[in-house]
Amino acid sequence: MPTSIDRNELQLLLTEQEAQLVEVLPASEYEDEHLPGAINIPLKELDRQTTSRLDRGRPVIVYCYDYQ
Amino acid sequence: MSPRAAWRLESIGFEQVYDYVAGKADWGSFGLPLEGAEGSETRVAAFVRTNAPNCRLADRVREACEHLEENGWDTCFVLNDERVVLGRIGLRAIRGRKDVTAEEAMTPGPSTIRPSARLRNIVERMQRQQLTSLPVTTPDGRLVGLLTRRDAEDALAAVNES
Repeated sequence: MPTSIDRNELQLLLTEQEAQLVEVLPASEYEDEHLPGAINIPLKELDRQTTSRLDRGRPVIVYCYDYQ
Repeated sequence: MSPRAAWRLESIGFEQVYDYVAGKADWGSFGLPLEGAEGSETRVAAFVRTNAPNCRLADRVREACEHLEENGWDTCFVLNDERVVLGRIGLRAIRGRKDVTAEEAMTPGPSTIRPSARLRNIVERMQRQQLTSLPVTTPDGRLVGLLTRRDAEDALAAVNES
């Protein structure tokens, strides 16, 4: 089950566990602004092939714009 | 959107999946860096004066505001112990330096903006409303600093030229 985290927990996961950040918004929104180090895999394109570049041995953090 | 993405990743076989539900709106609103075409260099956070004068409710205005104007400040923020902005002391009260408390002299509940606000939007607002400055706070009301109109206009001109 995915775990919801806040800003502080995200920073800990990045520094202590080399977590991977994935923005799931469309590419145009990612190009406008994104968290440092994040890659972009839009939700509509999220599948086995597009996620093959992610390391399954490390945590993956997904985010979009806000709670919506 | 991100909860569905997190579940989708689990369905694909990822075992350590986390969802930062508050997203980049939350990240930026706390003044943390953003990359991209509309990254941090186009946001208010990069141009805030973080040494904005401030005092506590019980402080005497006469002492708290004694040297502000000669140091170029026209405002003083009234904070609580959590650095939450409760009020603002304006130029008239600073110049008067009457022997009253900050609580008595302040204008309560000033309008604030977030560090992630887009510079061009804020400059437009300041010009439209003839504001010389705006306090910048985190979403929970803690003071980040002061954005002056002059700083904001200069920064926007530099961004537009680059």
